[in-house]
Amino acid sequence: MKTTDQTDHKRRDFLKTGVAASAVTLAPGIVMHTAEAAPRDKAVDSSVRWGMLIDSSKCASGCDSCVQACNDENGLEAYSMPEGADPEKWDQQRPKWIRSVTLKDNLSGRISNLPLMCQHCENPPCADVCPTGASFRRADGVVMVDRHICIGCRYCMMACPYKARSFIHENVDIKPELAPRGKGCVESCNFCVHRLDDGQTTTACQDACPENAIIFGDLNDPNSEVSKALAEYPSVQIRADLRLNTGVRYSGI
Amino acid sequence: MSKSIEQKSVKFAVLFALLVSLLMISTAHAGKNWRAEGNSKASEMAQTGGMCVRDTADMRRNHMDLIQHDRDVTVHQGIRALDGSLKGCVNCHANKQESGEYVPVTAMSGPGGSQFCASCHVYTSVSLDCFQCHSTVPTE
Ligand code: SF4
Ligand code: SF4
Repeated sequence: MKTTDQTDHKRRDFLKTGVAASAVTLAPGIVMHTAEAAPRDKAVDSSVRWGMLIDSSKCASGCDSCVQACNDENGLEAYSMPEGADPEKWDQQRPKWIRSVTLKDNLSGRISNLPLMCQHCENPPCADVCPTGASFRRADGVVMVDRHICIGCRYCMMACPYKARSFIHENVDIKPELAPRGKGCVESCNFCVHRLDDGQTTTACQDACPENAIIFGDLNDPNSEVSKALAEYPSVQIRADLRLNTGVRYSGI
Repeated sequence: MSKSIEQKSVKFAVLFALLVSLLMISTAHAGKNWRAEGNSKASEMAQTGGMCVRDTADMRRNHMDLIQHDRDVTVHQGIRALDGSLKGCVNCHANKQESGEYVPVTAMSGPGGSQFCASCHVYTSVSLDCFQCHSTVPTE
């Protein structure tokens, strides 16, 4: 029987030369990466760790631009309630990759708003418990669900301390080409992985935020905007006590 | 007595009709030149002597391996510059209606009859799970 591991090298080489000129050496040791969008042709590796810093002090109350942008990017709203379903239950179980959360400090009464999505844990409990290996952490730090393997047991939903995951209960109305999804699988924020794999370096939520509250980038690169911001401002991990080393950090909570 | 003969002849007629229709389906299928009848990019390519990412016989037999290999490489390693992709299959093999709208590759009718994926999968009764999540029409 033929194995699945076959590649057409000629075509591969052709594609490689097509995307080769995306890094320019300015001086020895300094390489400028241009954000030229081209589909990735090499496996991701751990030299990059994608992460985010969210400045919750900039999140105006009631603003849901990032949630909306996420819904649009990933087609989360193309989903209709079946006849006879309980509207309240339906609403509670709607897929949400970003939740808009309001926190109140009981002592001072200070209220902060923040978007809460998958925190892209370095030690993800969701991947720990997954019986099939569908929930996994990619080498570049993106935690995602391989829907081809997910059996929909929802164990990962129970394990996630951030309520970051959603289960798709019904057929979706539109299957987005960039983010294929369907009934019976669990899904969550994947840092717009289709963008990253296309050579882009921003997420939909970041682009949509009117306050520039979200900085996304490579945590391993000390010169990235997100690393610089993390070095400059105090920031926290939500539930740092769990020692998950999250890729999403917050300031201004 | 006459009743049971009648029943028998009805049974025979039903069986005969079934047999004939099965034969018709199978000959129709064997003679089907899907690419020549549609108006998809693949059909156009076929007319100018163009080829798929592998030759037709190879694709017929091995497309599932190709798709499965590439899906793992894409999801787990992020590699998207591959010659095989389900998106690629759909983009190239989807026909258009007269109105200009695409016909799903899983549809049983449309230009040239049953559409690209459906034409074999329905015949062989192999369920197409891909499209529970993936788009059946090009969306770009
Ligand atoms: S936040 Fe939840 S879904 Fe995301 S990696 Fe951590 S445990 Fe998994
Ligand atoms: S629902 Fe899917 S991803 Fe989550 S634990 Fe079960 S198999 Fe793994």
